[in-house]
Amino acid sequence: MRLPLLALGLLLFCALAAPLLAPGDPLAGSADALLAPLSPGHPLGTDDLGRDLLALLIHGSRVSLAVGLASSVCSLAIGVLAGAVAGWLGGWADAAVMRVAEFFQTLPRFVLALIVIALAGPGIGKVIAVIAVLAWPQTARVVRAEIAALRGAAFVDAARLGGMPGPAIVLREVLPQVAGPVLVLAALDVATAILLEAGLGFFGLGDPNLASWGAMLNEAQQYLRSAWWMSVFPGLAIGATVLVFNALGDAAAASLDPRGR
Amino acid sequence: MGLLGYTLRRLLHAVPLLLAVAVLNFVLIAAAPGDPVTALVGDFPAPPDYVAKVRLDYGLDQPMPVRLARYLGHLARGDLGYSFANRAPVASLVAERLGATLKLTGTALGVASLLGVALGLAAARRAGGLLDRAVRLGATAAYAMPEFWLGQLFILAFAVWLGWLPSQGDGPLRGAAPGWAGVIEGLRYLLLPATALALRYIALIARITRARAVEVLRAEFVLAARARGASEARILLDHVLRNAAPAVLTVIGYNAGFLLAGSALTETVFGWPGIGRLLFDSIAARDTPTMLAILLMVSATVVLANLVTDVLHRLLDRRVA
Repeated sequence: MRLPLLALGLLLFCALAAPLLAPGDPLAGSADALLAPLSPGHPLGTDDLGRDLLALLIHGSRVSLAVGLASSVCSLAIGVLAGAVAGWLGGWADAAVMRVAEFFQTLPRFVLALIVIALAGPGIGKVIAVIAVLAWPQTARVVRAEIAALRGAAFVDAARLGGMPGPAIVLREVLPQVAGPVLVLAALDVATAILLEAGLGFFGLGDPNLASWGAMLNEAQQYLRSAWWMSVFPGLAIGATVLVFNALGDAAAASLDPRGR
Repeated sequence: MGLLGYTLRRLLHAVPLLLAVAVLNFVLIAAAPGDPVTALVGDFPAPPDYVAKVRLDYGLDQPMPVRLARYLGHLARGDLGYSFANRAPVASLVAERLGATLKLTGTALGVASLLGVALGLAAARRAGGLLDRAVRLGATAAYAMPEFWLGQLFILAFAVWLGWLPSQGDGPLRGAAPGWAGVIEGLRYLLLPATALALRYIALIARITRARAVEVLRAEFVLAARARGASEARILLDHVLRNAAPAVLTVIGYNAGFLLAGSALTETVFGWPGIGRLLFDSIAARDTPTMLAILLMVSATVVLANLVTDVLHRLLDRRVA
C-alpha cells in the first residue's frame, strides 16, 4: 500500500505544481527544435511542433488526473445514491434501479463516449460527465447488495427502535459499513477513466487547448519512424498512472479481505 | 427449468434491452449539434432550395419521433440506413469491414484464452513461487497499458527497428499471393495487431484463472484425487480447469464490449480495415447513420455475448441451475 500511495502523492504533486515544474505554455513550440531527440535542454525530446515533451507530460498529468478523479467521484455519488435507494427500499424501486443499471452496463462505454464527444465537441467537463454516467452501475450493484444484506442487521433494528429516521440510518449507520468495497471500486474506476480519456485523446477528441497524454500519442502515430520518444514517454506515463490506481484498488481490496489478513 | 427454457427467457430479456439501446442511440445522436445536410452538400454555400430538396429527399425535415419510428422500422427490416458520406448503404459498408474485425478480435481472443489459461494454471501450481510472481507482475503491468500504445511500441520494435513485420494494413497492397505463401503473408500482417490487442486479455484471463485455480487446488477433492494417485496433469485438466472454466468464461464473455473498443483503437494504430477504422472515419465525416449502425452493432454484440456467456456458464456450472 505504501508504494502506490507514494506514487499517487508524486502524481498529485506533478499535477498541482505543473506551472512551477514546467513554467510557460507547454503548447507553445519553438521552430528551431522540431522533433529534436533527447538532449540536456529537452530531456525527453520535442514533438513535431518543437514543444518540450517533458513539459507536455507534466501538464498532461492534470488532464488525466482531473478526468480520472472527478469522473470517479461523480460515478461514486450516483452509484451510492442509486444503490442505497435500491437496497434500502427494495421492491419496485429496487427492480427499477437495477433495470436501469443493467441497461447502462450493456452500453459499450468507449464507443458511446467516443460518439458523444465527437458530436458534442471536446471538453473536459463533457468527458467527465459521460464517463460518470456510464460507470456508476457497478458501484450501485455493490452498495445495493451490501445494504440489502445489512437491512435486517441488529444495529439497524436498534437504530430504528431508537427513533432514527430511515434516511439517517442509511447515511450514518449503514453506508459507513460499505465504504471499503466502494473505495476499491472507486480506485479501479479512476484507472478505467484515465484509459478511456487517453483513448479519446488518441482518437483526436481531446481538448486542443490542453496538453493530454492521449493526444500526444495521437500525434506520435505519424512520427513513429522519426521520433520514437513521442510515443514511448506519454504511453509510459499513462501506463504508470493506471498501474498506481489499480495497485491502490488491489491493495485496498486485499486489506479488506478477511482471508488475506 | 431446463437449459432451453432459460435460454428463451434470457432471449426475451435481451429484446427490450436492445430496443432501449436503439432508441438511446438515435436520441443521442439526433440531439447532438450539427446538421447532416451540411455533410451531404458540403461546407461551401449551396443554393437554399437545393439544401431544402436534399433535406426532403432524405426525410430530414420530419419531426424527431417520426424519424425515430422510421429508423426502428428500417432496423426491424435489417436496413441500417444510408451513409451520406460514403454514398452507400451502411449495411454494405459494415459487411465489407466485418471480416477484418472478426479476424483480428477472434485471433486475439483465441490466443488470449489459450495463453491466459496456460499462464494462470502454471502460476497457480506453485503459488508464491518465482513463476507465479512473474506472471502476476506481468499481468498487472500488461493490464495497465493502453492497447493502442502497445501497438505503437510493437510497430517501433518490430517494424521500424528490426524491420521484421509490416506495420500497416491487413495484407500487401498488390493483393494476397496464392496458396500457403498468401496465408503466411496474412499472418505476418495479423501478428502485431492481434498481439497488441490480446495482451490485456492474456493478463485478465491469467489473473482470474490463477485465482480460481489456487482456490480449487486447496479443495479437498483435489487432495482426494492426489491420494488416489491421479497424475498432476490429470488434476490440472480434470479438476482445476473444469472448476475454473465458468469464472474464466464469464470474464471473457463480459468483456466483449472492451474487446471491440480495444479493436477500434488497435485498428486505428495498424491501419487495419475493420469496423473500428470505419468508426474513426465516420466520426471525422459526421456520418450519423454509420455511427448509429456501429454503436448499435457493438451494443447488440455485448448483449448477445452476455447472453451466450450466461447460457454457457449454466451449462458448465451445474450449481447455478
